[in-house]
Amino acid sequence: MSQFSFQRFFAYLQKEGKQILRDPSTILIAFVLPLIMIFIFGYGVSLDADKVPLGLLLEDTSPTARSLENAFLGTHYFNVTTSYDRLALEEALTGGQLRGIVTIPQNFSQNLLRGTVVPLQVLLDGSEPNTARFVLNYAQGVVSNWGLQQALEGNPSTILPIIAEPRVWFNEDLKSRYVLLPGSIAIIMSLIGTLLTALVVAREWERGTMEAMMATPLRIQEMLLAKLVPYFLLGLGSMALCVMLSTTLFDVPFRGSYLILLLSTSAFLLAALGLGLLISSTTRNQLVASQISIMTGFLPAFVLSGFIFEISSMPWSIQALTYLFPPRYFVSILQSSFLSGTIWEIVLPDILIMLLIACFFLGISALKSVKRLD
Amino acid sequence: MIKKLALRFQEFQTIRLRIKALIIKEILAVLRDKKSRFMLILPPLIQLIILSHAATLDVTNISLAVYNQDSGWYSHELVQRIKGSPYFLHVYEFKNPQEAKRAIDTQKVIVSLNFQPNFSRLIAAGQSAPLQVVLDGRKSNASQIVLGYLTLILQEFNVDILQYQGVEVVHPIDIEFRSFFNPNIDYIYFTVPSLVAILSMMLALTLTSLSVSRERESGTFDQLLVSPLQPWQILIGKMMPAMIISIVESTLLMILAVLLFSVPFKGSLVLLYVSMIVFLFSIVGIGLFISSISHTQQQSILGSFVFMTPVMLLSGYATPIENMPTWLQPFTNLLPIKHFFIIIKGIFLKNMPASEVWLHTWPMALIALFTLSVAGWMFKRRLE
Amino acid sequence: MNLTKNFPGRERPALDVFTASIRKGIITGLVGPDGAGKTTLIRLIAGLLLPTQGHIHVLGLDTKTETNSLHEITGYMPQKFGLYEDLTVIENLNLYASLHSLKGQEKEATFDRMLTFTSLKPFIHRLAANLSGGMKQKLGLACALLGQPQVLLLDEPSVGVDPLSRRELWKMVQDLVHQGITVIWSTSYLDEADKCQEVLLLNEGKLLFYGPPQELTHRVKGRVFQVSVPLHERRRALKQLLARPDIIDGVIQGNKIRLVGSPSFFLSPTDSHWQPTQPRFEDAFVDILGGGTKGKSALAEKMPLKRIREVEPIQAEQLTKQFGHFIAANNISFIIKRGEIFGLLGPNGAGKSTIFKMLCGLLQPTKGRALVSGLDLKTASSKARSRIGYMAQKFSLYSDLSVKENLDFFSGAYGLQGKNRQEKIDQMITLFDLSFYLNNNAGLLPLGYKQRLSLACAVMHEPDVLFLDEPTSGVDPLTRREFWTHINGMVEKGVTIMVTTHFMEEAEYCDRIAFIYGGLNIATGTPDDLKESVKTKDLLDPTLEDTFIALIERSDALQRQYEGQQ
Repeated sequence: MSQFSFQRFFAYLQKEGKQILRDPSTILIAFVLPLIMIFIFGYGVSLDADKVPLGLLLEDTSPTARSLENAFLGTHYFNVTTSYDRLALEEALTGGQLRGIVTIPQNFSQNLLRGTVVPLQVLLDGSEPNTARFVLNYAQGVVSNWGLQQALEGNPSTILPIIAEPRVWFNEDLKSRYVLLPGSIAIIMSLIGTLLTALVVAREWERGTMEAMMATPLRIQEMLLAKLVPYFLLGLGSMALCVMLSTTLFDVPFRGSYLILLLSTSAFLLAALGLGLLISSTTRNQLVASQISIMTGFLPAFVLSGFIFEISSMPWSIQALTYLFPPRYFVSILQSSFLSGTIWEIVLPDILIMLLIACFFLGISALKSVKRLD
Repeated sequence: MIKKLALRFQEFQTIRLRIKALIIKEILAVLRDKKSRFMLILPPLIQLIILSHAATLDVTNISLAVYNQDSGWYSHELVQRIKGSPYFLHVYEFKNPQEAKRAIDTQKVIVSLNFQPNFSRLIAAGQSAPLQVVLDGRKSNASQIVLGYLTLILQEFNVDILQYQGVEVVHPIDIEFRSFFNPNIDYIYFTVPSLVAILSMMLALTLTSLSVSRERESGTFDQLLVSPLQPWQILIGKMMPAMIISIVESTLLMILAVLLFSVPFKGSLVLLYVSMIVFLFSIVGIGLFISSISHTQQQSILGSFVFMTPVMLLSGYATPIENMPTWLQPFTNLLPIKHFFIIIKGIFLKNMPASEVWLHTWPMALIALFTLSVAGWMFKRRLE
Repeated sequence: MNLTKNFPGRERPALDVFTASIRKGIITGLVGPDGAGKTTLIRLIAGLLLPTQGHIHVLGLDTKTETNSLHEITGYMPQKFGLYEDLTVIENLNLYASLHSLKGQEKEATFDRMLTFTSLKPFIHRLAANLSGGMKQKLGLACALLGQPQVLLLDEPSVGVDPLSRRELWKMVQDLVHQGITVIWSTSYLDEADKCQEVLLLNEGKLLFYGPPQELTHRVKGRVFQVSVPLHERRRALKQLLARPDIIDGVIQGNKIRLVGSPSFFLSPTDSHWQPTQPRFEDAFVDILGGGTKGKSALAEKMPLKRIREVEPIQAEQLTKQFGHFIAANNISFIIKRGEIFGLLGPNGAGKSTIFKMLCGLLQPTKGRALVSGLDLKTASSKARSRIGYMAQKFSLYSDLSVKENLDFFSGAYGLQGKNRQEKIDQMITLFDLSFYLNNNAGLLPLGYKQRLSLACAVMHEPDVLFLDEPTSGVDPLTRREFWTHINGMVEKGVTIMVTTHFMEEAEYCDRIAFIYGGLNIATGTPDDLKESVKTKDLLDPTLEDTFIALIERSDALQRQYEGQQ
């Protein structure tokens, strides 16, 4: 077995680098897409519900009912339309202009005084379950809060037994963009690592350049390494861009250590690249390579990473699935690094697991790649 | 006159046959190979199954830390009530504040409750007892929802305590909810129809964006151009197969939606298919546009990704459009999938009337007209 | 060098058990019909495939266990252009130099030698994608040579390369052999095989012949003749001659026909005007493989005689195409008559394909007009385009569709309908003997069948004009003969043929040739007119290839003279 040659390695590396720079589509995916995503997450998409359109059907116009109406008007969670016309409101609900209707029924105040149970009806648009849940929870909150207030006002001597003092760590105003922006790095890294690498190798097969390379003294290890390094660097560059924009343009705090960020990104990229190489060693067709990359790289990063969707709320079978893919570990480190600083209990095992996955993928692809055509 | 008409008809027949030949060829090119057939049909099905369960913003199975310095009844009772709530799965009790903090840090729990030593004593004495609720801001959405759950439990408990103390408190007001179209507010009802739309969009886009660049790479494109097929006929020939395959695939997905996921289908199938065709036209236009500006398959694939990712994010699938800033919301009207989401959910769940469907179909038709003419123009320009 | 190989069968054995050792320091030609296993053999020697059984030793190195050392002493040039198209010439060279651990002065010196050798110096900063076919092949060879290999493996290096570049390529390789390098050169151009010291002839994975080409040529000695015939009768004459049982092969060479008699052949008195001539390797090749096609084209026989139209089938009127500042075609005019085979010849990058593409409507001329049957294809209705047939050099079939599906598609695209369509498809299947492969993917067909299918797809709708772009490049002589039998037959029925080729044998079939160089039409005429025009006292009987080179040299000289005057 002859030696690893740095000269050959660098030559192949250089070639790969030039190809990256010459193909506008690699630049597009590594730098333009991140920009687009950062702007979307920074300015547009948010999980923070605010001013949800809500209809309030007033069948009772007593001062008590009015005061409940004011309670609804007073919260920024809802954008309340008060009406006396049930039909008009229901039509708006089915048409999607309203997300819920709270009905304050006739005799609401009398019943309240009499102490009889007064159910308050909330109608929801179940076709938007996220919003429906939100409306239900917050309407409930407003109503019970109002009930207590009423009680306290009626009896000036009483005081509330338990007062919750919520405190939010790491993200005082619960801004979702602080969470989404760091998480989007994982998506971009997996696109660069997995999709791009798989495509690039498949293309070498389709164009016949692989055959020529295989007949040169270039060792398979040199080739694999030279394929890894440029996309690894491209990924790091793209990550740096994301971090810079998030922290400067959108004021996302960065409280962790850049070293840890670098380490964990490297571990994740290695795993993603390993997956990309593995895909390309099983298929030489670009369409198939891209489909597998979407399935195993992009979707796990988007859906199974805990970046938008809470992992603990998923069914156990899917939760189990998330452990198999590196994005969940990476997203967890990313969110901590940005918002809470280095937490070794998360960082160490997660990096370790990602490295293990990387070794697994890289190992298999190294074993599967031989300098032969069949 | 009749002769002229007959001639016209003859001509029309020929064109029809030519396009038909092209469509059959395109479909075969995609589906003939076992591997690519597999790769087109199977992933959407797997994606439907995984995504429908994974992609919810709902929060359940919450883990909670309790650091209780109080040994009285009130704190104990509150914790019991929390344990009894369906949302909380694990309640970990810690003996010191560091452990509780650690539990949050390491994301073992999302929220921690700290009871101070005199908690029960204060309440018993009729005074206010503060309860510290620490939330993990790294999960902003979940934290917010968890806080909502906790507040409700707490308020109910407050009322009970007050009544026990003999304070005249109005009976807590029950909320009775009725959810239209989805009585149990089941997330599947939302995710499954949305996924049908997303997956058929992805399929149509991938197929069209690759169709021209693949022929360019393999050199068969010239062969098409010298044949009697006119450029617009070639465009139709490239569009239709993607449309047909996508429609078949979404039919498959819809059958799964109804049979496997028991999502109700209340509306008109005809309306749904009509609007789906309009929707797919607009997507196919984008795919052809990407295809005509790409030199290689790699560029087509990456190009469609750069298009698809932002669209998915802004479509209202991952996050509600209402949460977006007001200036951005009108722009989402430019995304055909936003309209189709409304239609497909409307038809599945609400039995949306034709007039309402039309309201969301014409914007898609406009977009389709625009994307198709731009694609046609690009396509012709590239031929020069 | 002692090279022993024992190959055993792969699925349907691509190579069947055989043993041979190739001599060191010479060019060994690797020939055989398509699908004989030439590429497989080269890949096996390069260590890219492993023998199912047996061993290959290259300079004592086992291809299975000593692959790394093997790759250090071999240079390999694959059939498919294996260089990076998005890198420039010098970048490709640099890559290969480093892969072969060349550095510093040694590298500079080698580069200099290679670039001079290949005359690529002026183009070092050009992207490989923008090189002409010949230059690509030269660059490929240069890259394969950079490691100063002791064994050079070339898989059809001259396919798609013009005669001039082909000669240069051959000279380059010959020089290498003088330096002691062993070369294995796989080719379907048998004039090249003639020049090799030794030849390996494979057929269906079996070794049919191994030895000096002269030894094989010897077997047809005394059986090869030339017959002069009037130009307009040569196709019919060939057909009649081939129909004779004692003639096993015949090809057109300008206004002569070259014939090979069967072993039992003897010259009858009626044939006394036949001139015995020097046998070539190709004659022997066809002989050993059992003879060429019998002159009748069943395809053409089924074809109805074309109606005479008033307009000329192809007219080029001052065709000019400019790409930026570069004029690819400059003021080209010609008229092709009905039932004529018209050839476009010229070196790679001379503008042939530009003209060809303008004629069939794939490119819009900057100036001038290209008319087919009086109609401009770029603007004319699809009706005009349904009168032409087109066959591209890479046989642009849909490789992932089956034979049947390809036929279905093309018949549909050309608007064949109903019963007629089905009949046509069935007819093609029978004529081209495709029934066995009907459900196989076109991409996996043997080259010869691809060629047949490709022709079937191009002529199913009975076009008036057939455009052929290097129709037989890389195809073995037997398939080529079959192909031209069909073409000749169709011409007899009044079909007009427009062909570009690098293959001079093929050019001999043309009635008239336009010679394109530097975007200009520098000569037009029958093959014999052109040969005549370059005849000198040193070159009494120029071949078409000599003519090709002489014309270029003459044009270059004129250019220099003109520049000198400036």
